[in-house]
Amino acid sequence: MTEPSQAANALELKDLSVAYRVGRRDRAVLRNVNLTIKAGEAYGLVGESGCGKSTVALSVVRYLPRNGSITGGSIALDGKDVMKLDSEALRRARADSVSMVYQDPGKALNPSLRIGRQLTEIFELAGITGQAAEDKALAMLNRVRISDPASVMQRYPHQLSGGMQQRVAIAMALANDPSMLILDEPTTGLDATVEAEVLDLIGQLRRELSASILFISHNLAVVSNMCDRVGVLYAGMLVEEGSTKDVFNDPRHPYTVALLRCLPRGGQRKDQGRLDTIPGFLPGIGANIVGCAFADRCALATERCRAEPPPLYDLGGGRLSRCHYHDKAQSLPRATPAEIAAVQPKQAPPVLQVEGLNKTYASHGRPLRAVKDVSVSLRPGETLGLVGESGSGKTTFARLLLGLVPPDDGGSIELEGKKLAPRLASRSEDQVKAVQIVFQNPDSALNRSHSIRHILSRALKRLGGLSGKTLDTRLEKLVRSVRLTDRHLAVKPRQLSGGLKQRVAIARAFAGDPRIVVCDEPTSALDVSVQAAILNLLADLQSRQDVSYIFISHDLGVVRYLSDKIAVLYLGRIMEFGPSEAVFSGPHHPYTEALLSAVPKLDRTESSRIRLDGEIPSAANPPTGCVFHTRCPRKIGAICETQEPQLTEAQPGHTIRCHIPYAELARLQAPRITAAEPA
Amino acid sequence: MSATDTPASLPAPSAPDATRRSPWGEVLHSLSRSGTFLTGLFILLFWVVCALFGQHFVPYDPLESDIINALTPPAADHWFGTDQLGRDVFSRVIVGSRDILTVAPLATILATIAGTALGLVIGYFRGIVDDIVSRVLEAFMAIPVVIIALLAIVALGTSKITVIVVIGLSFAPIIARTVRSAVLAERELDYVAAAKLRHEGALHTMFVEILPNVIPPILVETTVRLGYAIFAVATLSFMGFGIQPPSPDWGLSISSNYGMIGGGFWWTVLFDALAIASLVIGVNLVADGVHGAFND
Repeated sequence: MTEPSQAANALELKDLSVAYRVGRRDRAVLRNVNLTIKAGEAYGLVGESGCGKSTVALSVVRYLPRNGSITGGSIALDGKDVMKLDSEALRRARADSVSMVYQDPGKALNPSLRIGRQLTEIFELAGITGQAAEDKALAMLNRVRISDPASVMQRYPHQLSGGMQQRVAIAMALANDPSMLILDEPTTGLDATVEAEVLDLIGQLRRELSASILFISHNLAVVSNMCDRVGVLYAGMLVEEGSTKDVFNDPRHPYTVALLRCLPRGGQRKDQGRLDTIPGFLPGIGANIVGCAFADRCALATERCRAEPPPLYDLGGGRLSRCHYHDKAQSLPRATPAEIAAVQPKQAPPVLQVEGLNKTYASHGRPLRAVKDVSVSLRPGETLGLVGESGSGKTTFARLLLGLVPPDDGGSIELEGKKLAPRLASRSEDQVKAVQIVFQNPDSALNRSHSIRHILSRALKRLGGLSGKTLDTRLEKLVRSVRLTDRHLAVKPRQLSGGLKQRVAIARAFAGDPRIVVCDEPTSALDVSVQAAILNLLADLQSRQDVSYIFISHDLGVVRYLSDKIAVLYLGRIMEFGPSEAVFSGPHHPYTEALLSAVPKLDRTESSRIRLDGEIPSAANPPTGCVFHTRCPRKIGAICETQEPQLTEAQPGHTIRCHIPYAELARLQAPRITAAEPA
Repeated sequence: MSATDTPASLPAPSAPDATRRSPWGEVLHSLSRSGTFLTGLFILLFWVVCALFGQHFVPYDPLESDIINALTPPAADHWFGTDQLGRDVFSRVIVGSRDILTVAPLATILATIAGTALGLVIGYFRGIVDDIVSRVLEAFMAIPVVIIALLAIVALGTSKITVIVVIGLSFAPIIARTVRSAVLAERELDYVAAAKLRHEGALHTMFVEILPNVIPPILVETTVRLGYAIFAVATLSFMGFGIQPPSPDWGLSISSNYGMIGGGFWWTVLFDALAIASLVIGVNLVADGVHGAFND
């Protein structure tokens, strides 16, 4: 960086307060936030949704929504007071010194302009035109390591995958060589493998560009891998700050402590104890806070916490904590008792037996094999985790089970030994109620025009065959089993928070005593504390009702917590299938190995990671031989390209589709396996 | 594991958020602050009051002829003048809103009911049903209302019922198309899949699950169609296919007087024309307001 601002801090927020005007009242969103990002530093801002993370980002570039206003404090970019800039100076500042990358690259790029045009536009603003601008644009694409940049220049955004779109967005953000780069949840919508690539890229660019970074994420692990320092935001206040290593390994605020405990870590499993949760809820925006904002949810809180707002205590070494009792924050008692009674493994006959299931769609006249020759079996009370990148056929497989789409002829699905009709309409009432689903997005899954009582009563009537008094009694029990109360019955879904809505969706799935419940990313739209509560609920219901789950999630930590068996899917094929522990601890399929390696981990320093090259191939035109050979880091030769490997049994119950013999996989992965087993 | 509901095992659920207005409350609030909507509503209500009570406060019987005072220009005793039969134009304009404000809304309601049912069916079933019905509707929409009216009148004879049926049925396809596109978006939502997973019948899914969620676009389309229906009724009456004499209906009055504009008797036509215009504008302002309130 050549600017003279080297000496100044890249970003300095002093006592920043922001309010949104809602219903003729200013509601505080940020309360006296002090934050400094030094030149070249990467600063992470974490916290649950609604705590004000994005508002910080929008304030810095003065892009607050119309009803938002800065009510106090100051913002300095490179030593310049952003608040005092006139509109032209503000425009220049945005053009020259600060850039932003948003969560959804599909929305950040103009859908009707070619990538090349969108990039050259930025250089034209700086006075570079024609061939020179094109060359610079090409250089930018090279810098973000996009394959075949010349052809990408000619394409429209919709012709690129999500990961490539985000690379282009990053290229655009870096084009003006900003001194400050703001990344607002840049990898949240991406697959773990793609996320890992984008994070690697950001890490490399940091070293090349020396731009300062404000990295906003709800994902603690991502922040811990990317940032030098981290700030924890709660109810619009900075409650803890310090170096990333200190904050995550030795948190000094009960909120940080609780947040870290909500995550299933270190290969934790459901039979090893419940996840901890955070009781209560974030104070609403604009709430009048007396004392500590976290006091209502904190088991350590005393009278002093409720009466006297804690200052930001300086703990030395650049560490700050807004807690009166920061020295004993880690003694925070669990909100949820960990102990659960051991479940006896059963040797019951399988509840679900899938043999040779196929689904072929027609795509532009070509067959697209979304699910190919999938066979799995599942016992009562067990969870089958489905993992794989998007496009691997997880959701299609779930829809085949549910009967929402009919499979190809041949193949069979057996429920408790009886064959299930391919189409939902031809299944019996008993079979229909036996297989239910919890959808990813409760806003879509719950009818917004109906009250919760209507939604659940209808499910009990249709699935439980109940009516009148028995229905009312059962409704009460059902509502209590998902830890809702009568008060929640009268309202419409929109009046409930995301976690409560998901409980209603779970209650609905359980209305008819199902044998199998498909959980399609049920927690991916939720905050970690809410996620922990939902996972606990699912585990409780399972042990009580002996129900089996098909659990789909991109979060491998969550899958590992809940699953007894894992199926790894790639291009509609099972690449590996076996007991959860065997699949996770390895030796495993090279694809599984890459997936696991892509997961950012909180409690592990950077070790060598396996990266997959390129994009997942199209299922309409799968590679010959082993479908994974185009991206496989352990490809052994021509045999991979010509001959599709069979699923072979590596150990009893654990099958792998790979030409590399099991013993050889064990030898190759030996160092990694020990590294992947965290303390 | 013990099956006890240990209260500590999950966080206490919060009280439902009652501070937020319901979506309908939001719409009403927004309407009450919309100048467009309130202006339109004022005009519309004015004509509704005229239709309901006009006959009690007009200075003359709108049907009573007074040949001696025929075609007098606007003056103190006849504010809007008199027509060729000496009838008071002011009284006729005020009372003339009655038939059009009966026929047009009824036609619109018929169009809405028929169009909604049709739109739900083709949007929900899609595929071959949609292909066939949509093509038939498009063919139907290509025929001018007047032609359909002529055919209907030949078949059914002139009456208000005929006008209602003709306009109602010719507007139904337009509403059906709007409903269809709303249903197409709605049926992809997971609550529809959830209904299938309860073995709900198609009728339940369409009318109980989907219909309440597509009410907003239907309401907007209905108010827009009401404006067009008023225009259509006036046109048919003007052509003699609509409301029949001796009603003081505006379209009918213009039709029987427009030949006299050449003779300089402009007042026999102008006030009826302004009345139609004001009513159509009023309804369209209401429609704009409703559209704005739902799309905020």
